[in-house]
Amino acid sequence: MNEIVGIAYILGDDISTDDIVPSYTLTMRDPREMAQFTLKFIDPNFSNDITGKNIIIAGENFGTGSSREEAVNVFKILGIKAIIAKSFARIYYRNLINNGIPGITLNWDETLFSSGDRIKIALHDGIISNISKKKKITFTKLPVFITCILEEGGVLKKLLKNG
Amino acid sequence: MNLTLAEKILLNHSRIDDICPGEFIECEIDLIMVHEQLGGRIHVEFEKLGLTKVWDPEKIFFILDHWIPAPTISAAQMHQDARNFARKYQFIHNYSDQLNQGICHQVLPELGFARPGMLIVGSDSHTTTYGAFNCLSTGIGATDVSVVFATGKLWFKVPESYKIALNGEFKKGVMAKDFILQYIGDISTKGAIYKSLEFHAAESLSMDSRMTISNMAVETGAKFGIFLPDARLEKWLKFHTKESYNAMKPDENALYEKTYNYDLSEITPIVAKPSSPGNIEKIENVEGLEIDQAFLGSCTNGRMEDLRIAAKIIKGKSVNRNTRLIITPASKRIYQQAIEEGLIEIFINAGAVVTHSTCGACIGGHLGVLASDEICISSTNRNFKGRMGAPSSQVYLASPATVVASALKGKIADPREVL
Ligand code: SF4
Repeated sequence: MNEIVGIAYILGDDISTDDIVPSYTLTMRDPREMAQFTLKFIDPNFSNDITGKNIIIAGENFGTGSSREEAVNVFKILGIKAIIAKSFARIYYRNLINNGIPGITLNWDETLFSSGDRIKIALHDGIISNISKKKKITFTKLPVFITCILEEGGVLKKLLKNG
Repeated sequence: MNLTLAEKILLNHSRIDDICPGEFIECEIDLIMVHEQLGGRIHVEFEKLGLTKVWDPEKIFFILDHWIPAPTISAAQMHQDARNFARKYQFIHNYSDQLNQGICHQVLPELGFARPGMLIVGSDSHTTTYGAFNCLSTGIGATDVSVVFATGKLWFKVPESYKIALNGEFKKGVMAKDFILQYIGDISTKGAIYKSLEFHAAESLSMDSRMTISNMAVETGAKFGIFLPDARLEKWLKFHTKESYNAMKPDENALYEKTYNYDLSEITPIVAKPSSPGNIEKIENVEGLEIDQAFLGSCTNGRMEDLRIAAKIIKGKSVNRNTRLIITPASKRIYQQAIEEGLIEIFINAGAVVTHSTCGACIGGHLGVLASDEICISSTNRNFKGRMGAPSSQVYLASPATVVASALKGKIADPREVL
């Protein structure tokens, strides 16, 4: 899990779980169907636009709002490997980690990343490289407690292994 | 010792002997609340663990409230999954067939399940509501629910605490909702991410008001929104539970990261404009904006205090011809009491629609969904894009008094002028 390579997709501040998974899709039984509605109110073509991109880079308070874990699951279904944000809402952050998706808190600006950039995250070293822009930036390494969950691929897998 | 309420209660539920903000600890959970949004899906997660039973079927509170009775086939399907799961694992406190109970955050405390000193988690972000009862309570997602179902334990990062001292009393027409909107506006919707809000309130603050404040504590990003115990809480508990409890106070020299002081007599009516609860404005600056719908209900404001002030404002008058007023009492008990007090009759005579107790319009699920570009003034807690219906609809959050005053005029109105 140390090295994650992918293509960036940029999102703004205060993206709520209501934005990610609109309430009216919550009763859908098939997660794949639900994933087609991801961020529909922000960008009606999101589920197409995200094709080929797999690292979300967002602003402040990412995932604010309800506890709906669907807001993490849809990204998983769409192939997202990691989310970088200026800050995360609390429940959303737990849900990410519990599902084995690294959430990295980083204060970034437009000079650093744009959609379509090729990004490499070295999780254990605390370094993000923007290969396209030839830039490197360090972030505060995740606590060991968190990396242990990520290493196992999420909290349920960890529980299964360790009892 | 110099521990805050959050630190004390977390410590009490862990196996460590010392506690410090920032560290990761494991705690034993006293109670977990689950509603249909998770109840339907959780089996997929839980069954991955290959377990045949839950850790303690006594400590699970299971209720359907968001879409009841089911308005669509997909909601009905979700309910069926949820019920099957609750039956299969033999939950004791299973309200999935009693559709008349009401909204989870109202019903659970009313039935005496939220008691001081408890550590409660729930599959809903507004689980912070039980902080009004001196419980440390917070929302979690589906995977965390599976972990609790399996082990009864959960990991926590110990939060830093903010102390919020509330003194004085609200002036006429001003409510707890106005204070909490003001506070969210003051510190922003990210001002307290991962923090524990500790409210030190005067005894005069009603339990209904405390619930409104704890409910919306999460809108600052906070993990907990807990009140200190006092005589008013004692009185409430006497009425609602026979079980024993362990009321907790912070140490006298507890360490807070920040301290805020509010004089409630200085708070004035506040409205949060679309599309964030932190986008606040004094009523004077939004007054006169025409509305299509006014909604009074939800786990934030569907209680007796809210219905009583609404009735006081609307008694003998009529909802504006170009506006619809929907009133959803937060629980069956509240509904019954409102009938006894004659409030429902006042509402119906004024032209309001009174619905059964459910989340309903709050989540744009049913019983009051908004069409494109419609404007709604609402006593709920979130006004995100599309929250109550079409993505171009707009929600203004306000107190019950402001909601009903606005319904009378067909425009956003200052409740102080009609009281
Ligand atoms: S009333 Fe609204 S905020 Fe409260 S639990 Fe229901 S949907 Fe959530």
